[in-house]
Amino acid sequence: MLEIKDLKVNIEDKEVLKGLNLKINPGEVHAIMGPNGSGKSTFSKVLAGHPDYKVTSGEINYEINFKFKNLLEMEAYERALEGVFIAYQYPIEIPGVSNYEFLRASFNAVCKHQGTEELSDVDFEILVMKKAKLVELNPSFLYRSLNEGFSGGEKKRNEILQMALLAPRLCILDETDSGLDIDSLKIVSEGVNSLRSEDRSIVLITHYQRLLDYIQPDFIHVFKNGRIVKTGDKSLALELESKGYDWL
Amino acid sequence: MDSTLKDRSYKYGFTTDIASDTAAKGLNEDTIRFISAKKDEPSWLLDFRLKAFALWKTMSEPDWAQVNYPKIDFQNISYYSAPKSSVNKPKLNDLSEVDPELIKTFEKLGIPMSEQKRLTGVAMDVVFDSVSVGTLNHDLLDEYGVIFCSISEAVKKHPELVKKYLGKIVPPADNFYAALNSAVFTDGSFCYIPKGVKCPIDLSTYFRINAEETGQFERTLLVAEAGSFVNYLEGCTAPQRDENQLHAAVVELIAMDDAEIKYSTVQNWYTGDKDGRGGIYNFVTKRGKCQGKNSKISWTQVESGSAITWKYPSCILQGDNSEGAFYSVALTHDKMQADTGTKMVHIGKNTKSTIISKGISADGSSNSYRGLVKILPSAENARNYSQCDSMLVGNNCSANTFPYMEIRNKSAVVEHEASTSKLSEDQLFYLMSRGLSLEESISILVNGFCKDVFKQLPLEFSVEAVKLIEMKLENSVG
Repeated sequence: MLEIKDLKVNIEDKEVLKGLNLKINPGEVHAIMGPNGSGKSTFSKVLAGHPDYKVTSGEINYEINFKFKNLLEMEAYERALEGVFIAYQYPIEIPGVSNYEFLRASFNAVCKHQGTEELSDVDFEILVMKKAKLVELNPSFLYRSLNEGFSGGEKKRNEILQMALLAPRLCILDETDSGLDIDSLKIVSEGVNSLRSEDRSIVLITHYQRLLDYIQPDFIHVFKNGRIVKTGDKSLALELESKGYDWL
Repeated sequence: MDSTLKDRSYKYGFTTDIASDTAAKGLNEDTIRFISAKKDEPSWLLDFRLKAFALWKTMSEPDWAQVNYPKIDFQNISYYSAPKSSVNKPKLNDLSEVDPELIKTFEKLGIPMSEQKRLTGVAMDVVFDSVSVGTLNHDLLDEYGVIFCSISEAVKKHPELVKKYLGKIVPPADNFYAALNSAVFTDGSFCYIPKGVKCPIDLSTYFRINAEETGQFERTLLVAEAGSFVNYLEGCTAPQRDENQLHAAVVELIAMDDAEIKYSTVQNWYTGDKDGRGGIYNFVTKRGKCQGKNSKISWTQVESGSAITWKYPSCILQGDNSEGAFYSVALTHDKMQADTGTKMVHIGKNTKSTIISKGISADGSSNSYRGLVKILPSAENARNYSQCDSMLVGNNCSANTFPYMEIRNKSAVVEHEASTSKLSEDQLFYLMSRGLSLEESISILVNGFCKDVFKQLPLEFSVEAVKLIEMKLENSVG
């Protein structure tokens, strides 16, 4: 699904990722942990194609129709159309743009790219309602401006709603658990779990072991100073919880 | 924001090589007599012009707007230019009389002056430089008794109507440019909707400046009799030239009891290049009078062109229960300057006005909203709602809002809301990372910002307006 080789990334001439290697197979769930400033969020922004992050070397090979393609050669929107989805830590508010219209435009763009037919108005509304229910987001939020005035938890739910709607193949959740109360965490986690499947890979970027109680990862990687310094199974999370990051 | 300025292509920037009959530069009484003689006008109209000219000479250019430009030399402009083939031929009976070059020009502009236009449900008058070159779709209008023709033709055929209303809504003394226009106006459209008639098709005028160093001074007069309704559309373009050209139009609307006029403009005059060279100075006076009770006038404008825009389409709400509205999207980019807004003057009881203004400024441009809500003592229970939103694209542009209110009746309810936001790279990136291309993302953001105005436009016009704004913005956020 994804193979990252020797990825080096700068923000404003400061090297933030210093040679990252990572391989993710279809159906796997990977958790990425690590102290603040270790490059976790940079990793998600680079995958998304944010223009502020300059890749100085390496490649990100992503499997499209059984062939690997370097994501770095694709525009942000092309990556999204090919099934790369980032649930952001801080979703952007867009006043004046209705959440529903946005979801519709995005869904249609993906349908068009995949060569499938767009849904009728009624069928689309039914689909969105279903997804809203999955993340227990009150349907009234669909008709408000995109993320405007949403609470932290509502924004995160709206991200997972988009993810469920667009059915991406590679999901990256950037600190989706931060700022969530226990109930919201449960709901969001259930939403994510329902999306687990053999051909979908999920990357969870998180500070807390807590999230991993709800979404069980296959692998845990520890980022430190722009590199992966340790990889293990889910027992590693417990070890980190008790010992911190200093011993690595 | 990274504002990489590509060459903004203005697809209407071509010129037409057409023989034209142009007056020598300069403005004096002789110029006015020349224009009047060219148009074979009655003496009352020449008097009207000469009085206006005398007034104009005593007036000075308004300097209160938030715009800067070198002083205009009014003696260095030609005040009359007509394509040769149409001179002395004020009315065209059929299209074969139109110069083929002219027809090609309008086809390039996307206005086929052919019989097909009949099918699209629009009657159109086309003004090229100083004269109207063809009005289409007469038969259907005749059936309903609607008069729609060039103002020169109206002066000849319906002198009593023109004489009755010309200069009554915007008197020559109103302002410097209105006086100038009254003295030298060359053509424009005249429209009369008889009592009780809902105009069966939209009426449209298309303005084009072609000749060099000429000004365009057109005059539009629209009268809606009691119980009538009309949807009126106006579009404008000009060639790309290095020197500035002056466009000083006057538009007068009058609505009697229960009549409704919807007036929409998509203004796309040449803006000048990215360094601010060339472009049209668009100094326009537009005013509508809701004279009758329950009458309605709405102005909808999409201002996307001109080097300088100075324009305040206004409503005089005289009839009881009458309603005025102003819906505006003004886009400025590069070195453009716009100072635009409206005046709502409440005179009658229970009068209502709505103002929705959306300004988008990009690059190094300046975009100002200036609006006056005036409620006179006679206007019991007047209501006004104003909303003025500005969107900034990049860090070098400016947006200003100058709302004025003059309330002289205690029963008035006046609301004003204003906001300024920034079209940010983060918003674009968020939309793009959901599979939407740059164009689609800009479109969604602009539509979201302007939807309250766009929805007021007739559908076809609205699609064109959205595309126009998107196309111009893409260069500023690319």
